Amino acid sequence: MSDLNKLGLAEARDALRKGETSSVELTQACLGAIDKADALNAFVHKTPEIALERAAAADARLKQGEAPAMCGLPVGIKDLFCTKGVASQAASKILDGFVPEYESTVSQQLADNGAVMLGKLNMDEFAMGSSNETSTYGNAVSPWRRGNDDTPLTPGGSSGGSAAAVAADLCLAATGTDTGGSIRQPAAFTGTVGIKPTYGRCSRWGVVAFASSLDQAGPMTKSVRDAAIMLEAMSGHDPKDSTSADLAVPNFEAMLTGDIRGKKIGIPKEYHMDGMPAEIEKLWSEGTAMLKAAGAEIVDISLPHTKYALPAYYVIAPAEASSNLARYDGVRYGNRALLEAGDGITEMYEKTRAAGFGDEVKRRVMVGTYVLSAGFYDAYYNRARRVRSLIKQDFENVFAAGIDAILTPATPSAAFGLGEMSDADPVAMYLLDVFTVTVNLAGLPGIALPAGLDSQGLPLGLQLIGRPWEEGDLLNTAYALEQSTGFVAKPGEWW
Amino acid sequence: MSIDQNTAAKVAKLARIKVEEEALPELAAEFNTILEFIEQLNEVDVEGVEPMTSVTPQRLKRRQDVVNDGNQQDKVLVNAPDSREGFFAVPKVVE
Repeated sequence: MSDLNKLGLAEARDALRKGETSSVELTQACLGAIDKADALNAFVHKTPEIALERAAAADARLKQGEAPAMCGLPVGIKDLFCTKGVASQAASKILDGFVPEYESTVSQQLADNGAVMLGKLNMDEFAMGSSNETSTYGNAVSPWRRGNDDTPLTPGGSSGGSAAAVAADLCLAATGTDTGGSIRQPAAFTGTVGIKPTYGRCSRWGVVAFASSLDQAGPMTKSVRDAAIMLEAMSGHDPKDSTSADLAVPNFEAMLTGDIRGKKIGIPKEYHMDGMPAEIEKLWSEGTAMLKAAGAEIVDISLPHTKYALPAYYVIAPAEASSNLARYDGVRYGNRALLEAGDGITEMYEKTRAAGFGDEVKRRVMVGTYVLSAGFYDAYYNRARRVRSLIKQDFENVFAAGIDAILTPATPSAAFGLGEMSDADPVAMYLLDVFTVTVNLAGLPGIALPAGLDSQGLPLGLQLIGRPWEEGDLLNTAYALEQSTGFVAKPGEWW
Repeated sequence: MSIDQNTAAKVAKLARIKVEEEALPELAAEFNTILEFIEQLNEVDVEGVEPMTSVTPQRLKRRQDVVNDGNQQDKVLVNAPDSREGFFAVPKVVE
């Protein structure tokens, strides 16, 4: 077989079962593709030795039969996941040289399932960003271009390296994490599939914390079926994460029937934003028509507090970040700034954090510090948490009225050029998450999948939002939509 | 609510991030842009609404109150920028 790196998880799994290829061959194909793709800056720590060792072990396991679905399948791991013996620095300078002595639960589960780690993937620093432009490793670059224009484009963020790597076939799939849209927005920008499961579905243990009440891990893949396969391997209760849910993990792939007859799909009127490009509106209405043609019932719904999701997020997420990132103090791990004679411990903290954090991280830590400080806690933080309750209630109301899933655009635009937003104020960048952030605040599962190309040839995505813990049903609706859109476009290989 | 340079300096101090004097005006301006955005929340009627504590209602699990980990001093210290004689080492804390 040729071009093994271009396979998806399901195809590769089936080829392995039939003995048409081996994990070592799949892994070598990916390692070869990775080495030719340095221009994308997606893989920032390559682990070929670990990969080939695990691939050989997977081949042995496959020969014995009864191997799990992910056995032998090469994947990339976002740098936010701690991986034992392999640099894990959340794309931050402050964690330069940090090599964990432990493995995150999610990456351990993937390894236990026989998945092969190819290396660590680029991202925004501490997952704070929507364009992968805040990374200490430099920008990840999208494999997509606007026609013949060679302007480098963003793969989105924060899981930008994961999205670029999957879109460019450097790996079969990758892990991502999503705090406000960091799986779904880059998936939409790169024509790939990304699902953020219900809060609590995947363990957060060993994943560098950004905003603990919002962070969730999830898979980024080439198809909805692949997302179902990989999500199952990543999910499950973990005693080491007290917020992980002690619920059985269904066989998500078995739920992909494509039959959505009688399902009620909500179309929220508040997601028609002023100034949204006509192409996005068109994509959305086409997606709606496809679901209707597949037998779903389309229902206009209202989520009245949508407008306040981003402002609430930009209180809650920085507040939690300021607390989580207090641990980077130059004492226990990572970088310590050079000190001058006479500097005490306070100078050490201040200089270490000034030198180690990038501008966006500093900004969010300080905003978080401010909204939590005496005198402002009620006015900002508690008010935002109240608004969050209202946002969740909006969703509960429509689900109680019988809605099975909600269809929205994934992003308000296609991918933009790297650097094009650098003069904009921080809030302009925050607006990129306008359709995704509500889902994190409400703890719901959401999936982005490609639905078409814009006039410049760039992918555009739609988002489906599901009921809590019903990822299987959500994946099935996404599967039906995927079959209707028939999206097969791939970026031309310029790198 | 508008943030002046003194407040910006105070916040930087609380966050233990050194900010040079000349960077304070820009920092204060950025804070104000973000706070202006956040202040949309004042339009929402939150009377009688409980602040969210947990997005998925669940009882936190309890584990047995027993020692289940330990004796890993080397592993704990291996990533420290400065460790001596089995301890994390830091600059002088007390005069």
